[in-house]
Amino acid sequence: MQEILQYLFSGLTNGAIYAVIALGFSMLYSSTELINFAHGEFVMLGALCMVTLAVNLGFPLIPAFFLSICAVAAAGLLFERLAIRPVRHPEPIVLIIITVGASIFLRGVGMLIWGKDAHSMPPFSQHPPLDVAGARLLIQSIWILIIVAALTAALQMFYRRTLTGKAMTACAVSKKAAWIVGIPTKWMVMLAFGLSTGMGAVAGAIIAPITMSSYDMGTMLGLKGFCAAMLGGLGSLWGAILGGFLLGILEALGVGYISSGLKDATAFVLLLLVLYVRPQGIIGAGEVKRF
Amino acid sequence: MTDNSHLLEIRDIHKAFGGVRALREIDFSLEKGSITGLIGPNGAGKTTLFNVITGVFPADRGEIRFAGQSVTSYAVHERVELGIARTFQNVELFESMTVLENILVGLHTRTRCGMIGSIFKFPRIRREEKQARKRATELLEFVDLADHAPRRSSDLPFGWQRLLEVARAMAAAPRLLLLDEPAAGLNMSETRQLGDLIHQIRDQGITILLVEHDMSLTMSISDKIVVLDQGRKIAEDTPRSVQSDEAVMAAYLGKGKNSGHGR
Amino acid sequence: MNDKAHKIAYAVFALAVILLGWQVDNQYYLQLMIFIGLNTLLALSLNMLMGYAGQISLGHAAFYGIGAYVTAILTTTYQVAPVLALPAAVGTAMLVAWIVGIPTLRLSGYYLGMGTLGFGMIVHIVLREWSSVTGGASGFVGIPPLEIGLVVFASGKNYFFLVWAVVLLCLIMCRRIIDSRVGRALRSIHDGEKAAAAVGVDTKKLKLQVFVFSAGMAALAGFLYAHLVYFISPGTFSFVASIRIVTMVVIGGMASIWGALLGASLLTLLPEWLHAFSEFEMVVYGLILMGVMIFLPRGLTRGVLDVYERYRKNHDR
Repeated sequence: MQEILQYLFSGLTNGAIYAVIALGFSMLYSSTELINFAHGEFVMLGALCMVTLAVNLGFPLIPAFFLSICAVAAAGLLFERLAIRPVRHPEPIVLIIITVGASIFLRGVGMLIWGKDAHSMPPFSQHPPLDVAGARLLIQSIWILIIVAALTAALQMFYRRTLTGKAMTACAVSKKAAWIVGIPTKWMVMLAFGLSTGMGAVAGAIIAPITMSSYDMGTMLGLKGFCAAMLGGLGSLWGAILGGFLLGILEALGVGYISSGLKDATAFVLLLLVLYVRPQGIIGAGEVKRF
Repeated sequence: MTDNSHLLEIRDIHKAFGGVRALREIDFSLEKGSITGLIGPNGAGKTTLFNVITGVFPADRGEIRFAGQSVTSYAVHERVELGIARTFQNVELFESMTVLENILVGLHTRTRCGMIGSIFKFPRIRREEKQARKRATELLEFVDLADHAPRRSSDLPFGWQRLLEVARAMAAAPRLLLLDEPAAGLNMSETRQLGDLIHQIRDQGITILLVEHDMSLTMSISDKIVVLDQGRKIAEDTPRSVQSDEAVMAAYLGKGKNSGHGR
Repeated sequence: MNDKAHKIAYAVFALAVILLGWQVDNQYYLQLMIFIGLNTLLALSLNMLMGYAGQISLGHAAFYGIGAYVTAILTTTYQVAPVLALPAAVGTAMLVAWIVGIPTLRLSGYYLGMGTLGFGMIVHIVLREWSSVTGGASGFVGIPPLEIGLVVFASGKNYFFLVWAVVLLCLIMCRRIIDSRVGRALRSIHDGEKAAAAVGVDTKKLKLQVFVFSAGMAALAGFLYAHLVYFISPGTFSFVASIRIVTMVVIGGMASIWGALLGASLLTLLPEWLHAFSEFEMVVYGLILMGVMIFLPRGLTRGVLDVYERYRKNHDR
């Protein structure tokens, strides 16, 4: 019991991270039909910015958190402007290569700025871990879950209540129709990039305290986040959340009961299963992609 | 039940997409060597019916019999092999290939060379390739495009692309040819040429089913007209009788009092 | 290009190989050229699938790895002669491709990319974690050199000629497939799957065939790689390696046999040149990838031809 609970805690923590990364993928895909293979690198940038601001420059936590997100989102906007918009024939293969190129580039930039060493930072608040029925629950895990819950609620509000959010939903359903009714689709694409990469930065900033951050941490996180998004259903908000937590928990159980070496395989086996059996994901958005 | 004079028999075909019932109780047959026009207002289910006949998607219910054999469960390419060829409403050529190559792909079901054969180029394969090229040139001559064989198919003017697509379908040596709006986008003289071409194809013994909005073309070349409206067959008769059919008039001009004079 | 032009191209190619192999004695350059040869095989195999049939694969390194590991295990652990291990290595990769291909090739676009990516990652993880058989993350040591009859392919020169002879054979093989009924059907799938089916092409079967063929060729490259370096580790067959193969194809030019050669050469040499940049290596590599895709999305061979044709048209006027 105690063991299961321990796995569950670690699964929930990782799952929350995967969920946020998956959200980034899903949001971008639903409004631009693009899969950003450099998404994991934005997570890396978020984590390393956070470490630099909070540890090396001594910023208080909250400004450091928001500053990192803004910085990374700005990088995301720049990426859209310089590398995605000039593409004349946006076919999947071309876009895949460009975003892969961007991921290598960003990894290179990360290495130039932060070097090859791993960096760490203290948790958001200094408390001893909680003891829940014999299992240890890190305070940082609670922080992560709270932030992810708040983020999800905010996104839900944004899409349901604000005009911009509704306009983005409209773009996701039909870009052309949205353009005809006067929605500035170009801005919507930029906004989607900003939100998506900003979301990646959030994921990076909240795991910085529980992991060692380095320039090459992004690739695996990005791929896992992608698996989570596919699992839940690409293009669906709740799908991303569900996929993230499901992947996190199954992975943790796999580590506990099968082998830690095969941890990384869990995500990809699940990915193949979903693709073969139900390509639209568990909460399939089906033919209409929307949040 | 099966009688020999009918090449294609469509029996009680139903097809729904989600809640939309695209085809209901469709039932008719095509006589060997005849030209049949399939008409109806937009959204009547003509293209859906084409897709069901060619096997793009299965019918929910009903049976398709071709030359006395049930083909209901056959895949698209298997039906082509049996002799059902088609063209598309929006012309679907292989754009990166030359005009000649398009026809050569059309000959796919009439040639046999496989992966191994192509690597080793056995004498049998060389002979087959040579014959295929000869046959392809003949087909291009049939539609008057032989001079353009080495051009990229996407470089041809639209009207010629249509002809090329017809020739490509002919390459499969079909017994039944389905033409989906072959005159769309053609000018008057091109449409007239197309009418002649369709007659020539029929004279080779090939049965033709065509969907066409150009009424004067359809009425002048068809032996029989089948009219669909909202997924149902509402008439099946000679061109002359169909034109005076009340149900048909209603479908085309609107049924209720309001729709005609509403504005 | 017509038949004659191709024959001339092959002859020039063979002549260049002989000249280079004869004149170059520097071991470093020979090794580099051997790697170009191996990468050409990989790019060529993926080009058949991606460039001609239009089916993307982000897990192609898996077949490269299967080829290398099967021969490593057979020749080292079980002392099988390399010549006999070759059909086993190629056959295993083809069998795996066949099994994986049936469900995977039903997907298309991004989903196909993801399916192949997932497959590639799983193979990589298996190679890394199944230590009792594969040697695990630290790699597999002690692979014997390649012996065919009495000839031992150990020296750089021997291996150079072997690899490039294989490359030439594969080039001819691929060219023949592409120019045949099968190749035309493949290209027709790329141009429009719906229309391809409508002229009677069994698209499912053909896609599977080319996937299996492509896997076999990648495994052949893996076989040659294992007996070249005597030591293999999972890192060589990772996701990054798969992406590198895709990049070779795209940069060289999709649907172009010689583009595969060009792409493989560039991507093998580029990191060597970039060593001069040392720290900036990744940054420059990433920029080049993005730049080529943004400005010459049809790859270098096609891109340069396009520019040339535009120049000629303007000039003629």
